[in-house]
Amino acid sequence: MTEITEVPSPFCGIGTDDLSIQIDGVKIKVNANGCDINTPAFEESITDTSPRVAGQIVSLDVAVNQAATLLRNTQQPVISGCATDVNGMRALLALADKTGAVVDNINFNTARRNILAMQDSGWMNTTLAEIKNRCDVLLIVGTDLEGFAPRFFERYLWNQEAMFVSDTGSREVIYLGKAPSGNASTSPNGHQATIFPCADADLPDVLAVLAALIRKHPIHVQSVAGIQVTDLQTIADKLSAASYGVICWGAAALAFDHAELTVQVICNIVKDINDQGKRCSGFPLGGKEGDQTANQVCGWTTGYPARVNFARGYPEYDPFLYDSQAMLNNGEADALIWVQAFNINSKPPKTDLPTIAIGRSGMTFDNEPDVFIPIGTPGIDHPGHAYRLDNVVAIRLKKLRDSGLPSTSEVLHAIEQAL
Amino acid sequence: MLIKLTGGTVYDPASGIDGLQRDIFIQNGRIVDAPTDGKPVDKEYDLRGKVVMSGAIDMHTHIGGGKGNIARTLLPEDHRMDPVARTPITRSGNGHAMPSTYVAGYRYAEMGYTACFEPAVLPINARQAHMEMGDTPIVDKGGYVMLGSDDFLLRMMTANKDQKAINDYVAWTLNAAKGIGIKVVNAGGINAFKFNQRKLDLDEQNTHYDVTPRQILKTLATAVKELGITHPLHVHGCNLGVPGNIETTLNTIQGVDGLPMHLTHIQFHSYGTEGDFKFSSGAAQIAEAINNNPNITTDVGQIMFGQTVTASGDSMRQHANHKYASPNKWVCMDIECDAGCGLVPFKYRDQNFVNALQWAIGLEIFLLVNDPWRIFLTTDHPNGAPFTSYPHLIRLLMDRSFRNDMLATIHPEAQKMTTLASIEREYSLNEIAIMTRAGAARIIGLKDRGALSAGNWADITVYTENTDRQAMFTKPDYVFKDGELVVQDGQVVKVTWGTTHIVKPDYDLSIEKDLKPYFDKYLTMKLGNFKISDDEITEDGRGSLTTHPLRGVA
Repeated sequence: MTEITEVPSPFCGIGTDDLSIQIDGVKIKVNANGCDINTPAFEESITDTSPRVAGQIVSLDVAVNQAATLLRNTQQPVISGCATDVNGMRALLALADKTGAVVDNINFNTARRNILAMQDSGWMNTTLAEIKNRCDVLLIVGTDLEGFAPRFFERYLWNQEAMFVSDTGSREVIYLGKAPSGNASTSPNGHQATIFPCADADLPDVLAVLAALIRKHPIHVQSVAGIQVTDLQTIADKLSAASYGVICWGAAALAFDHAELTVQVICNIVKDINDQGKRCSGFPLGGKEGDQTANQVCGWTTGYPARVNFARGYPEYDPFLYDSQAMLNNGEADALIWVQAFNINSKPPKTDLPTIAIGRSGMTFDNEPDVFIPIGTPGIDHPGHAYRLDNVVAIRLKKLRDSGLPSTSEVLHAIEQAL
Repeated sequence: MLIKLTGGTVYDPASGIDGLQRDIFIQNGRIVDAPTDGKPVDKEYDLRGKVVMSGAIDMHTHIGGGKGNIARTLLPEDHRMDPVARTPITRSGNGHAMPSTYVAGYRYAEMGYTACFEPAVLPINARQAHMEMGDTPIVDKGGYVMLGSDDFLLRMMTANKDQKAINDYVAWTLNAAKGIGIKVVNAGGINAFKFNQRKLDLDEQNTHYDVTPRQILKTLATAVKELGITHPLHVHGCNLGVPGNIETTLNTIQGVDGLPMHLTHIQFHSYGTEGDFKFSSGAAQIAEAINNNPNITTDVGQIMFGQTVTASGDSMRQHANHKYASPNKWVCMDIECDAGCGLVPFKYRDQNFVNALQWAIGLEIFLLVNDPWRIFLTTDHPNGAPFTSYPHLIRLLMDRSFRNDMLATIHPEAQKMTTLASIEREYSLNEIAIMTRAGAARIIGLKDRGALSAGNWADITVYTENTDRQAMFTKPDYVFKDGELVVQDGQVVKVTWGTTHIVKPDYDLSIEKDLKPYFDKYLTMKLGNFKISDDEITEDGRGSLTTHPLRGVA
């Protein structure tokens, strides 16, 4: 039995790297600094260690060759999931390049809300250490932040000491839209967050008024979606008065039509405050199940985020057309490769097409795929790199145990070579 | 295998060879002396009538790291115009202003370049820079690690820590981030922006720290010198792009007390305020200052007309320029108490007075700095223009009549404000070889590169002599990388993987006694998880590390 400390997590997206983990053979126990997201994800037990073809246990070589056989004569395979580490994405993109496949990250439809806004007008964002040391006003829009990342407040807001905030416990936290699910946003000295709840679908209206107030446009109504305009004025004033205000949103939680326009409104509020002579930054949440990793690696390999099609021999990007689920639904694909190294409950979409599942050991299926290759998890079974939600920081994942499970990269590379 | 390159006209300034016919022998990746034991030549290339130089080295090009990837993501429309299809040996991708990594590697090699250096490696983003450079084929690479706006350094300076402690911190960071030099961007300015300062002159104090940019430059330049790092402190000055910044630049040159200093993309820092438009060329004064101060080296950051994207760590100046974004979208970031970045797409127009004069200022500087060993050919890719414009730039430098033809097409008021038409100088092939090879290798501190004498790695480019220098430098006949033929007739014929060049200055490990609690208290990563290990570069089986000697060490 050994204990490994300072273990970084690829699961929570906020780059916690202080976990203490006890290893007993292949059994893992989180001894310290776990959370509702990281602990079960680390402690998931290994079940399958052998690949299967048509439900029968086979060697890795046989499974890889069968996968290559299934792909060999395809015209438009899709590789979806794309939940893995940097090396896994590298191998995935090489395979896609060779087979003319679509590459589509599992979280793209939610990340798209950010990407469309960013590609239309840009943004001004910040990162976790800046929040930890500088943020004095945090506005959280439409998101249960502690549900998203249970340790966010403990690590990045209620840190005992900050370089530029004299009393971290007096930081102002404001929720607009969704109310928090717990009390993590209450500071250690009892200072509570201010909450202005509204329905998700009303956020576009509420934010439009807030944006207008920031621009000092006259507002003629008294309230919007049940929130008093005077309250929104207070939020605007606090953001404008802050030394380092931050507006945080989770694109996944903005589950209404054209949420990208709401993201754009948030980004424009941030820009306006900076143009008015004060500092303010945006902070989009994400980074789960390798989504930031997929977008980064696809970004430098193709020039585009992780929804591209290699069918023409070069990458083409279309944030709508190459939605793998839509392609499956419309009969536009002829094979599916599902790659999911983090989450056994994230299973391939239902399809009659030839399906190759490259999944974390422990994944079970309603319909047995044509090929299933159980793989190790980056940061548990093999070393790797994963991106945090704030985009610039890649964390070095450690190998914690010897499970013998291959990495995503090894399996996809082998399939590419077998073609 | 013994390879012989027969009868080419060799330009090898490192060996003092200026256009002499020479045979070159290659074995095991390196250049060797002519065999005397009668050993048979396995492969011979007849290079009679061809021009032979060592592989070109781009000493300042943004090819790896987070800001570049933000620039890529920001501009899908720019990629769509320049798709690059897969071939049996090369990967697909996209090009233009900020190409995908594979395309960048192929295109550099196809222009005869064999090494590229990323000048803005944020320590916290160094992993990404190395991963992107690790996916950049054929060329060697390396990075300059950015310091100067990081809170740890400014805290040390405010606390009056001695130079020795600062040297330890600089060396520790360089080792942890795996770089070959130290870069400073708008010294302290990126930090000051986080405290809502919108400009920071050379002697202006950070509102929080008791520190000025001049002090930061001196402190870091001293650290670089005392640590024995060959590459001088690589400085992106204060007030980039601001009319009148020539004063700041001249002050910066005077202000480092003769310490070695490299002033990068100097074109953007050579602006006066004369004339009807309050924007004028400071090239003559800047060139004179460089000519008179042998401690100073520079690269130009030439602009070329057309669409590009500016990508810089200088979040303060990028934010100030966002109103010029074209198309109108831009990104700024504050990053991890370490630095920041800003991405502003930009279209330089020859009929815009300012852009036209910027173009002329860059060329004036190239032509007025006398010593080609101290000035380097860059466009600050992609800030002034994509690196693929280098052959055009070389023609502008080598061909006065072509240059003057181009000059005649730009904004007429800009033509009146430049002395370019009267400058007769034309760069020689030997001077081009100095600026893009021998001088670059020397200033970076690359051992066994940038020269064609026996013992050097066989990075060799062969061109067909052509009075149209743009055509000549666009499409080499052959490029050899570490002795392997990688490009023929301007096309990649073999994909290899270059090494990553680093230095490892010594430091006192006790610096970690200060760093560890700082990481624990204020940063978001454990110190042990911050340091990049060798296997992160090499574990994919393609990457490798090459450590270069420090000054005064054999």
